[in-house]
Amino acid sequence: MSHLVEIRNLKVEATTDAGRRVDIIKGVDFDIAEGEIVALIGESGSGKTTIALTLLGHTRTGCRIAGGSIRVAGRDMAQLSEKGRTRVRGSEVAYVPQSAAAAFNPAQRIMDQVIEITRIHGLMPRAAAEAKAVELFRALSLPSPETIGTRYPHQVSGGQLQRLSAAMALIGDPKLVIFDEPTTALDVTTQIEVLRAFKSVMRQSRMAGVYVSHDLAVVAQIADRIVVLKGGEVQEIGTTREILSAPKHPYTRALLAAFSPPGRVTAQPAAENDTARPVLELEAVSAGYGKPGADGTPPILAVDKVSFRLERGRNLGIIGESGCGKSTLARTIAGIIPPASGHIYLDGKPVAPRARDRSPDELRRLQIVFQSADTALNPAKSIADILGRPLAFYHGLRGAARDARIDRLLDLVHLPRTLKHRLPAELSGGQKQRVNLARALAADPDLILCDEITSALDTVVAAAIIDLLKDLQQELGLSYVFISHDLHTVQAICDEVAVMYRGEKVEQLPARDVGSAAGHPYSRLLMASVPKLDPTWLDRLERDPELVAAFAKR
Amino acid sequence: MAIDVSPTFKPRLPGYRFNLTGWASLAVVITWAAVAVLAPYLTPHGVGDIVDLDYFGPMSAEFPLGTDYLGRDMLSRILLGARYTVGISLAATLIACTAGVTLGMAAAVSGGWFDAALSRFLDALNSIPSKLFGLVVVAGVGSSIPVLILTLAIIYTPGSYRFARALAVNVNTMDFVTVARIRGEKLGYLIGSEILPNIIGPVFADVGIRFVFIVLLLSGLSFLGLGVQPPEADWGALVRENIGGLPFGAPAVMAPSFAIASLTIAVNLLIDNLPQKIRDRSA
Repeated sequence: MSHLVEIRNLKVEATTDAGRRVDIIKGVDFDIAEGEIVALIGESGSGKTTIALTLLGHTRTGCRIAGGSIRVAGRDMAQLSEKGRTRVRGSEVAYVPQSAAAAFNPAQRIMDQVIEITRIHGLMPRAAAEAKAVELFRALSLPSPETIGTRYPHQVSGGQLQRLSAAMALIGDPKLVIFDEPTTALDVTTQIEVLRAFKSVMRQSRMAGVYVSHDLAVVAQIADRIVVLKGGEVQEIGTTREILSAPKHPYTRALLAAFSPPGRVTAQPAAENDTARPVLELEAVSAGYGKPGADGTPPILAVDKVSFRLERGRNLGIIGESGCGKSTLARTIAGIIPPASGHIYLDGKPVAPRARDRSPDELRRLQIVFQSADTALNPAKSIADILGRPLAFYHGLRGAARDARIDRLLDLVHLPRTLKHRLPAELSGGQKQRVNLARALAADPDLILCDEITSALDTVVAAAIIDLLKDLQQELGLSYVFISHDLHTVQAICDEVAVMYRGEKVEQLPARDVGSAAGHPYSRLLMASVPKLDPTWLDRLERDPELVAAFAKR
Repeated sequence: MAIDVSPTFKPRLPGYRFNLTGWASLAVVITWAAVAVLAPYLTPHGVGDIVDLDYFGPMSAEFPLGTDYLGRDMLSRILLGARYTVGISLAATLIACTAGVTLGMAAAVSGGWFDAALSRFLDALNSIPSKLFGLVVVAGVGSSIPVLILTLAIIYTPGSYRFARALAVNVNTMDFVTVARIRGEKLGYLIGSEILPNIIGPVFADVGIRFVFIVLLLSGLSFLGLGVQPPEADWGALVRENIGGLPFGAPAVMAPSFAIASLTIAVNLLIDNLPQKIRDRSA
């Protein structure tokens, strides 16, 4: 019996700017049966998206399918003409992109974009297409399915937009749907709704799916089989249960191990704080955006009277969904957004609200590491220049002394010294984040604000960064304020966790107690929404409907 | 514009790729620059000497580009005209773009009243039609080379400012600029080291376009008789004074036009095809 999809010895190669050919996919084989959902999982650069795109007969610029065959419903996508491929796309194979926000045209109504496929392929009259779209909206449990199509993309939430992009993919009744990391950019509480909607629709329609993700727990909820990729080669193929319970390949084991971090084993005894002077203290700090009103409070308050103290050598985690004000809090502490009210004390001494009014020494002691190393490192400067500048600026290091210190910094973050002549674009995501961290270390700080620094990284790399942070803390006696939406990472490194919701700190408690029955209801909801490796987790998950109604923004 | 004539053209600069279009346009630009510098040694005849009894003479062995409306040697006049066209335009472009780009980046980084005041002032300047502005200044102060350079520079500064500011505003929102700012860096470092390297490509392209505009405006002013004054002449003036030769198909009117075209096109092709560093080290 032939399968819906048969990939045989697929090879994709790219051409570099020096004209050299590089193999990205080195001979991959796998099948997908009718109605089966197969997950492609692996770190960034493992080729998972490249393989998924070849199912559409598409490769990214500079790449080409060099060999092998991709048979989808009996047609070889590698051999089809571009015209033949466009006929198949949308009607046989459909694609759900990672960022729905970027995939929708902001100037057109949602309905017009959702039914575009039926118009292009002439599948059905407009009225029938709209009726079908409304049905799909209902199946994807979107609110007010009859009227949501008349809105524009910016008028719906991120989670809704992601489900709408699935409706767009499903409208042409394709045999195969490709999901390219569709929930990676969503909050945990939203992710659940989207996953549930995808799962029920795929089950009802009996379509086959390819689910690309680096999150094993998400994949466990939706996939029948898992293909583990690394370096453009298949490491292991098996049913979801096999992969989760009996991983054979070392890389699969590393993935699983990275998912369940051991927790903060190096819990430092509180007795160490002999001076009891906190390295950072916040006193009823409020901050927001917009022109301040008559009473000095801005119209949009992102941080509302947050107080906490952090002792030297200890770590505080701040968690919450996007929009809860955690990043604004970090920016306020760093002096990027001056607080509207309240005080910030560094090492017991009050500091100026604005960074430009702070002394160089105060600026040096407090460093911030941003989420996205892509935008936090100047793309036009070499790694040595990026690391060298704070050394020259704060410590006046020049010449050989500075070069030696740069080498030492690269050693500290476990990067090879040869990297220093490269540009940021020539490094991997994990390497860039290490450079980002090394730049903060170059200042020789007391406190580092880590703003979602592992969120853009895949599991294995993120776990390595967390380990690095722990090592550095041991070695250099740092303190971290660790901001994240991911409870696992926060628990792995922090002593205490503050939970934020709509700008307010709802509670602060020891890391291991987060989500326990005694905690704040919002913390319980947040904890309950973190996917678990158990494939039956999503189906068994019962969340308190009152809690969901009160806190989840769908 | 960027037509890659020969993608297989081998790189001559180690570690850089520079295509054939780039080489060819570089050669044209260098040739004109050399002509501008060496003009007095290259001219076969004096620039004001009437050497031919006929006017609008054809191309001949003695006068390779014919003669002009007074019977002067065209080749000599074009070679010397290169000095004015290349020199004045280059100086004006450099002043306009240096001022515009620096102010644009400073406005984007500083924001606030500095940005607002500077933007409104330069917008007002931009609203004056460029030819009219040139006419008024030249009529008021008289035509001399420094006046021409400054006038052209002032006319083209607002455009360059707007362009650089728009680019710099985007870079300014990037996290690495925030990092530098909370490190305590001053304005000079922020614009020179963090912003400029990231907008230099488009800025160069803009310099090329602005150079062409300036050449054309200078030629236009000269055409109206307000540019370089006789007996000296830049290329625009050469076109104007020989326009009467158009019905006769005289080379005297074609040659300076071709000179203007070759320079402006070559500058743009060069900037579109600057050498690119090859980052793939394993090759």
